[in-house]
Amino acid sequence: MTTVPADTSSRPWDFVQRGLAAVGISGRGLVIAAPALWMTLFFLVPLAVVFGISLSVKQFGQPPYSDLLTTESGTVQLTLHLSNYLKLIEGSIVDGGFWFNLAFNLIVAALALVIARGLSRSVEPLALFAIYAVAVVAGALFLVTLYTADLNVYLTAFLSSIRIAAISTVIAILIGYPMAYAIALAADRWRNILLMLVILPFWTSFLLRVYALSSFLRGEGVINNFLGVFGVPPLVMMQTDFAVYVGIVYSYLPFFILPLYTNLVKLDPALLEASADLGARPYRTFLSITLPLSMPGVVAGAMLVFIPAIGEFVIPSLLGGPGTQMIGRILWDEFFGKTNWPRAAALAITMLIIVVIPIMLMQRAQNAVVEGR
Amino acid sequence: MAKKPQLVADTRPWRDPAAKPFVRIRNVTKKFGDIAAVADVSLNIYKGELFCLLGGSGSGKSTLLRMLAGFETPTSGTIEIDGQDMSKVAPYNRPVNMMFQSYALFPHMSVAQNIAYGLKRDGLPRAEIEARVAELLQLVKLTGYENRKPNQLSGGQRQRVALARALAKRPKLLLLDEPLGALDKKLREETQFELVKIQETLGVTFIVVTHDQEEAMSLATRIGVMNQGEIAMVGEPTEIYEFPNSRFVANFIGSANMVEGVVTEDEPDHVRIQSKELGTDIYVSHGVDCSPEQILWWAIRPEKINLSREKPAPQAGVPSETNMVKGYVEDIAYLGDMTVYQVKLDNGRYIRVTKTNALRGDPEAISWDETVWASWAGTSGSVLVS
Amino acid sequence: MRRSLTVPIVATLGFLFLYAPIIALVIFSFNANRLVTVWSGFSVASYSSLWSDPQLLPAAWLSLQIAAIAATIALVLGTLCAYALVRFRRFRGKTVLQATVSAPLVMPDVITGLALLLMFVAMQSLIGWPSGRGVLTIVIAHATFCTAYVTVVVQSRLTDLDLSLEEAAMDLGATPVRVFFDVTLPIIAPALVSGWLLAFTLSLDDLVIASFVSGPGSSTLPMVIYSKVRLGVAPEVNALATIIIGFVAAGVFIATLLQLRRKPAKA
Repeated sequence: MTTVPADTSSRPWDFVQRGLAAVGISGRGLVIAAPALWMTLFFLVPLAVVFGISLSVKQFGQPPYSDLLTTESGTVQLTLHLSNYLKLIEGSIVDGGFWFNLAFNLIVAALALVIARGLSRSVEPLALFAIYAVAVVAGALFLVTLYTADLNVYLTAFLSSIRIAAISTVIAILIGYPMAYAIALAADRWRNILLMLVILPFWTSFLLRVYALSSFLRGEGVINNFLGVFGVPPLVMMQTDFAVYVGIVYSYLPFFILPLYTNLVKLDPALLEASADLGARPYRTFLSITLPLSMPGVVAGAMLVFIPAIGEFVIPSLLGGPGTQMIGRILWDEFFGKTNWPRAAALAITMLIIVVIPIMLMQRAQNAVVEGR
Repeated sequence: MAKKPQLVADTRPWRDPAAKPFVRIRNVTKKFGDIAAVADVSLNIYKGELFCLLGGSGSGKSTLLRMLAGFETPTSGTIEIDGQDMSKVAPYNRPVNMMFQSYALFPHMSVAQNIAYGLKRDGLPRAEIEARVAELLQLVKLTGYENRKPNQLSGGQRQRVALARALAKRPKLLLLDEPLGALDKKLREETQFELVKIQETLGVTFIVVTHDQEEAMSLATRIGVMNQGEIAMVGEPTEIYEFPNSRFVANFIGSANMVEGVVTEDEPDHVRIQSKELGTDIYVSHGVDCSPEQILWWAIRPEKINLSREKPAPQAGVPSETNMVKGYVEDIAYLGDMTVYQVKLDNGRYIRVTKTNALRGDPEAISWDETVWASWAGTSGSVLVS
Repeated sequence: MRRSLTVPIVATLGFLFLYAPIIALVIFSFNANRLVTVWSGFSVASYSSLWSDPQLLPAAWLSLQIAAIAATIALVLGTLCAYALVRFRRFRGKTVLQATVSAPLVMPDVITGLALLLMFVAMQSLIGWPSGRGVLTIVIAHATFCTAYVTVVVQSRLTDLDLSLEEAAMDLGATPVRVFFDVTLPIIAPALVSGWLLAFTLSLDDLVIASFVSGPGSSTLPMVIYSKVRLGVAPEVNALATIIIGFVAAGVFIATLLQLRRKPAKA
């Protein structure tokens, strides 16, 4: 870069710049400082405040929580309560057998996966299949142990949030992949129209779309009216977990499709031709070339469904039944219903940790892609 | 770097009218919308050939190659490979493999997995696949690189993996789309040599698409020059260069001085052409298929013109005052191995003459602004009627 | 090559799934029957009840104002942030800033809302500002998470922008500030427009965060809608939804037209 040092001494801006520089502020610094200060004050600090309040206890008054710092006879005293976190586990009926099953199955599943990966080159496919089968069975037993245990309302809500988010994500992948694939394959003039059709619902209100879905699914809703024409008795769909799955998929499907589509259109058609040239039929080409190369798009899209779904409040509260306990809803009730702010804060911190893990996994997957190619 | 002459002399099936072509392209046309990318092309290619399709961008050479691979279907016409009609055969069932211009290496697979891909599709036993991959890696000198990913390889190494992958299934016919296009000049020259060697060792028929005439000349047994979807000329490299059949071919391959003229004498053993453009009469010492008064073109390569300070003596068998013209040297480009002279003739036209620099720092070399005579033999130029 | 029909069939069903509920909503906004989702004749009754609704229209007006202000603040902050992240090679805390500004994208709304509210309450008891909660706190909350979205949009456009354009301007004697206003800004303008629109839409749409940080008398449109639809079908909400969908569809249609008209000039 060759910068011509222009004579700028007479420009007014320069005067301001030099003035600022005199007190140690550069224009560059200002550009960084404005957003950095705002985000620190209104995003990082609040999270810290939540953490602090999660360590206090509920009390009557304004604000309805105890101070962490109290001054007693001239000395400042810091009081931290872990009771809010303990309450999240308390009341669950778990015994030694439960912990043993949980740990045993987790270790077996993890071990089997590691062994299978290590042996994948040198072992007969059948043996490899058997090892994977062990991993799947152990994983399933782990989940069964977890979900059949008699846990308190908070732990149940955490687990069912994860379950609902995971199942919805799988459904979104099954519906969204063919859609993204179809758009990527479509002729140019169709492609933009289809893309617009995917994005369009996003610009309308999320809340109104969930409402639209609820009037679609309810007992006297469109689907049941339609089925009624054929003499089918009305199905109960509203206020069930099913409605929540449908709601999450319906709301977040565009978020899955867009990153996957971006990935799929970038796929070099020469790779598919090369595969066909080497004797692979179309389905084979899809399984061994398109699918593995689109995995980063699938993972990115899946995370965009899974992560917000875990903390979702509107969908379970409008579509779910009283049995649909998701953590976002519990937090809301704790805060607005029971006005137990410290407990809500503890729930928020715990939820944050659960959400951060998949984000870090996604980051790792993306880095692996960047390095792998 | 092309095949050794004695080999070529032994095996030039295209000179034998009874020989059976291996690839037979008959009246193939491919239209995209209203535009014909390939227009009525007929071409025979024989077993063991290294055939180059040479043309500029948009000449239809790649489309022709993609029709051979099966990625495009001809709008009309037929393609036969080894006696079998290919029109209903899907790409994955053709006995043909292709090396892609971008190499199209699968980025998520290792070198070994890339090479093994086609063999796995054939359902070969594992041990056989491994042996074959090892053999191919040795052929392209990449043993030890099995587990690298394509992005961990240099451009030249990727090119060789692509070649190995395309050769893995022992195809009867290998299609190569600009195989050396992505390599730098030095590497390209080395690789050309290796490519010919591999082709000779394996005896596979190669069809190479290229826009680089030097590459085509050095690789090919025969070249098909393509222009606007049609085959302009098919021939051995020397035929294409020394005996072009049209103004397009003469201009496209190498450089040529080309002038328009009128036939004034048309005899079985010679032709005399009067050219106002050149400012002299041209005597061609062989018969030409033309008629008196016909307007035609005459082309001569820059290296086939002599430059001298003195007016040259008349040549034997050539009438005086023909095949020579006076001018002065307006510009000189020294290229190292040769020097290019830009000579301005008395009538204002420029001609281009090259001279090999056989002597180091020749003090007698012709210099700027000297008056010179350009002359040529009666057999040096080509008469072109189209 | 022959293509199987599975992909187009599943894709068509997917689009049907995305649009059927919206289309049904629009149709039933013209239903004469107020309560049941059974077609019983054409009527604009729900539109007149929307017009006379004491809450919906004022809440809509308030939400539009909040969204406009929050989106504008987010546009300025997000653009500065994106510029710093893309164009400044290295500065202390760059990774922290990048992480902080992308975190709200994946942060569950309930956490963001709760966190901001708890901080506002704590600040009030410490320094007396902000006194109570209302429009101001909603604007701050919305501007914060919208900044994250604007940053992403502008950042991706800036990354694609050829650096040599800016270098050329500097080479011709423009100071960094001049370069930004003369070269960078005009080129990234489309990204700024879509960033602002995105922020505006997100703000207009937010229920959870606003519920936490709002105070008495500052009910936004989603809050009013939520309280109405929680109990069942609300015809005036159908009417409102139809109007919003109409606006969005028209906007997208015009945007597409403008884009199509611009394309031939480019090619």
